[in-house]
Amino acid sequence: MTANIAPTPQRRLNLDWLGMVPFLGFALLFLLAPVFYLVVGAFQTPDGRPTFANMLGLADPNIAASFWLSIRLSLASALLGTVSGLLLAHALILGGLPPWIRRALTTFSGVASNFAGVPLAFAFIATLGRLGLVSVLLRDVFGLNIYAMGFSLFSFWGLALTYLYFQMPLMLLVITPALEGMKPEWREAADSLGATGWQYWRMVGAPVLFPSVLGCFLLLFANAFGTLATVIALTGSNFSVVPIVLFQQIRGNVLYNPNLGYALALGMVLIMVVSNLLYITLRAHAERWQK
Amino acid sequence: MTKRLFPWIIVVAACLYFFVPLYAAFQFSLQMKRGELSLAAYASVFQSDVFVNALVFSIAASAGAIVFGALLVVPTVYWVRLKLPRMRPVIEFISLMSLIIPSVVLVFGQIRMFGSSSIIPLTTTDIGINTLLVAGYIVISLPYMFRAVDNGMAAIDIATLTEAAESLGASRLRTVATVIFPNIRAAIVSGAFLTFSICLGEFAIASLLNRGAFGPYMVQLGQDRAYEPAALAIMSFALTWVLMALIQSAATAKPGRKGWLTRKPQTP
Repeated sequence: MTANIAPTPQRRLNLDWLGMVPFLGFALLFLLAPVFYLVVGAFQTPDGRPTFANMLGLADPNIAASFWLSIRLSLASALLGTVSGLLLAHALILGGLPPWIRRALTTFSGVASNFAGVPLAFAFIATLGRLGLVSVLLRDVFGLNIYAMGFSLFSFWGLALTYLYFQMPLMLLVITPALEGMKPEWREAADSLGATGWQYWRMVGAPVLFPSVLGCFLLLFANAFGTLATVIALTGSNFSVVPIVLFQQIRGNVLYNPNLGYALALGMVLIMVVSNLLYITLRAHAERWQK
Repeated sequence: MTKRLFPWIIVVAACLYFFVPLYAAFQFSLQMKRGELSLAAYASVFQSDVFVNALVFSIAASAGAIVFGALLVVPTVYWVRLKLPRMRPVIEFISLMSLIIPSVVLVFGQIRMFGSSSIIPLTTTDIGINTLLVAGYIVISLPYMFRAVDNGMAAIDIATLTEAAESLGASRLRTVATVIFPNIRAAIVSGAFLTFSICLGEFAIASLLNRGAFGPYMVQLGQDRAYEPAALAIMSFALTWVLMALIQSAATAKPGRKGWLTRKPQTP
């Protein structure tokens, strides 16, 4: 693309950089500097002296508990999403179903993976809330009072089940290229060597798919970890996952130390950075098989 | 036999999981009047001034994010592809950063950086806060706008188009506005719809900036009412569906083919 442009003289080259000024200026002002401000603040006392006390403050039982809750919830919802999305993708792509079913569900997944936040919470309250359609149906028709049995939509598993509504479609969309890359020749070769279906999956399919699946799992983990609106719409702000604690801290300094809030934000960013970096690395690794 | 049955069981189970909450919300939304099915919940939503104000405010904020986001991204991507191809990874990295920075963290940093005691105290005036809101929306939609525009530019030969325009005496601004822009209109439209679907119901930024936007309104409604939230869920699912269909049709509209997105004939 650049080959057919005449080489620019040295004098012009310096001016070319000006074209990036608006974008870089905007990013610096509204994205980079605010994040940098929090990162610096995480290592300072309220009056500006350097300290590690804020980061150590993350080990405080309450804060550590909310990180642990966030991580467990994200792991649970990512695991549910990965397994169910993988099963669904496998059924659609390799299950020999009519092609229209695959098209319909893929289109639907594009919509559902974007249908998050507050309206999703409302739909689930109408389904599995105390007076939700499914709760009432189970109680009146099957005699199963799920709320008496300890289930609540507004608890850990209720949230995980709600997240699944955008996690499973996301998994279907991101794992599809990997499953499409499973060449039929591999299966034929395994069959002709006398392998059973189980042996094929254990010795060929699983090792090839594993990096992709693990990468997608991490993407789903990060996706769940940053979720705020769905939790607030379902539980008010009683369910203290990290985004909720940070939200309340910004609202009213509930931690009684503004710089501890910065450390909380930094901790959140670090978890997002690590899981996304691992996702990118694993995806690059997995794409070697898809050529 | 089991081999054929298993995929069907999975697909039926997934369809049930996807379909039942929608049906439940729909059925629930019709039950506002005791003993009969009615659209009263929908009417109640639309008759509320708060709803109209919140929706109009959020549409305006999203539109601002679309316009200013496109004005920021289109010339930059064009310029970088034309003159500074080695800087493209930098622009891409910055654009994708908001996928990693949660919006609650982003707005936290903005509130503190532009607080009342800072050099640019944006949070002290209404205009300043609205600026922050639109800036935040641009940042969270940047990954999508960038990808759409970057893909659009990759599909056309901007170097040749630019040379052709310049040899006919067009200025740089005119080249971008009348040659490049119409050729990537479909890409921009697709980025715009994605931005709209992200920003319209956005909660964290709007709520922490104390704006009466649609996201905070929905959360409040969920706490106050029973049937209206179900109606809102149905309407917003329908809207998401419409937006995704529009994005799909924008993405498949080829430049040069006559359609609702590409009315002008090709330039080269």
